[in-house]
Amino acid sequence: MPGVTVAELRSDVVVEIGGLPIRLRSDDPAFIRMIQDRYAGYVSSSDDASFEFDVELAPPGTESGDEDLRVTWDSGRWLMERGDFRAEWNPSTARGRIEQTINPYSLDSVLRIVHTLLLARKGGFLVHASSAIRNGRAFLFSGVSGAGKTTMAKLAPPDAALLTDEISYVTLQDGRYTAVGTPFYGELARVGENLRAPVECVYLLAKGPENKIEPIVGADAVHGLLENILFFARDPEFVKLVFDAALDFVNRVPIRRLTFVPNARVWELIV
Amino acid sequence: MNNKRYVARSTAIAARVLGDETMVMSATNSTLFTLDEVATVIWESADGATPLEEIVSKKICTQYDITPEIALKDAEGLVEELAEHGLVLLSDKPIAQSATSPGETK
Repeated sequence: MPGVTVAELRSDVVVEIGGLPIRLRSDDPAFIRMIQDRYAGYVSSSDDASFEFDVELAPPGTESGDEDLRVTWDSGRWLMERGDFRAEWNPSTARGRIEQTINPYSLDSVLRIVHTLLLARKGGFLVHASSAIRNGRAFLFSGVSGAGKTTMAKLAPPDAALLTDEISYVTLQDGRYTAVGTPFYGELARVGENLRAPVECVYLLAKGPENKIEPIVGADAVHGLLENILFFARDPEFVKLVFDAALDFVNRVPIRRLTFVPNARVWELIV
Repeated sequence: MNNKRYVARSTAIAARVLGDETMVMSATNSTLFTLDEVATVIWESADGATPLEEIVSKKICTQYDITPEIALKDAEGLVEELAEHGLVLLSDKPIAQSATSPGETK
C-alpha cells in the first residue's frame, strides 16, 4: 500500500476593509475560523491580497500588562508593540508578522494601525466616530468615549445603513471623501455593513437638553476633527500627512456640533 | 554687544494658514497649536535671517497700534513659548536651516 505523507499546511483568510485585501496566515485552523467569524462580511472570496501577515500564536497567559502602544518606523519596517501583541510590517515587501495569543482583539488593533498608516498616504484616516449611510450620503458622529457614538448608532432608523459604531474609515475616492463600512465595532458589538458613500457631514457629539446643530469652522473644526483622528505613529512624516488630510477634509466637508437628547428624534435632523 | 534674536520655524512641524490664523502641529508629539493673527505674522517672518526686533518694527508696529517696546516684549514671549514646544529655533545668530515656507508642509 503506497505511503501517504501529510504536510500540515498553513491556513489563511483574506480580510478586505476599505477595498484593501490583507491575507492572514496561521498554523492554527481554529484561529482562522475565529477570524472568519469576527470579520464576517469582510472576508474576501478572492485569493488576491495586497499584504500578507503571518500570525504566530503564543500560549495564553503570555501577555504582559503593558497597555501602552508603540508604533515606530525602523529600518524599513513598522514595528507595533503592546502588551498583548508584537508585530512588524514591511510595506516594501508587503509582508509582516504578528505574535499574539489567540484572541480577536490584538489582530483588530494591528489591522487598525496598518489601515491608518496606509490611509495616511492616500489622504484618508480612521476617526473615532460612528457612521451611517442615509439617502446615499454618509454621516459621521464623532466624539470621545461616552460622547454618544454608540447611542447614535442604536437610535438609527431602519433606512440608515450602519457602517460602524466606533471607528469610521474615511478615504479619498475619485476626489471625494468617502466613508467605508468597517468591522471595527464598540459597545454595539456588531460589524458594520460593508458599504460606502460620500461623506455629507461630520457631527461632533455633545449631549444636551435639546436637539440642535451648530456649524463649526476654521481652527475649531480642525481641532475637533484632529482630536478624534486615530494617531498611532509618532513619526513626523506620518503626522504631517494626517494633519494635511484633516485640513483638506475640513475645507471640503462641513463639521457641525450636534447637541442631542438621546432619543430617536435626533435622527429627524440627520437628512 | 549684540542683543538680536533670530527665529526660525522648525522643520519638525506641519503648518497651514486658515483665514487669519495658523494651525501648527508638532510632528514629534502631535500637539496642535493655533496662532492668532499677530502670531501668524511673526510665524511667517521667522526665516532665521531676520532679527525678531526687525520683524516687530516692520511687520507688527506698522500694522497694529502698539508701541515697539510692548510689541517686542510680547513677541519675545511668543517665540519663547513656541521654542519650548519645539516649533521654532531661537538663536542670537542667524539660523541657517532649510525651514519650510510659511504654511508649507512636506
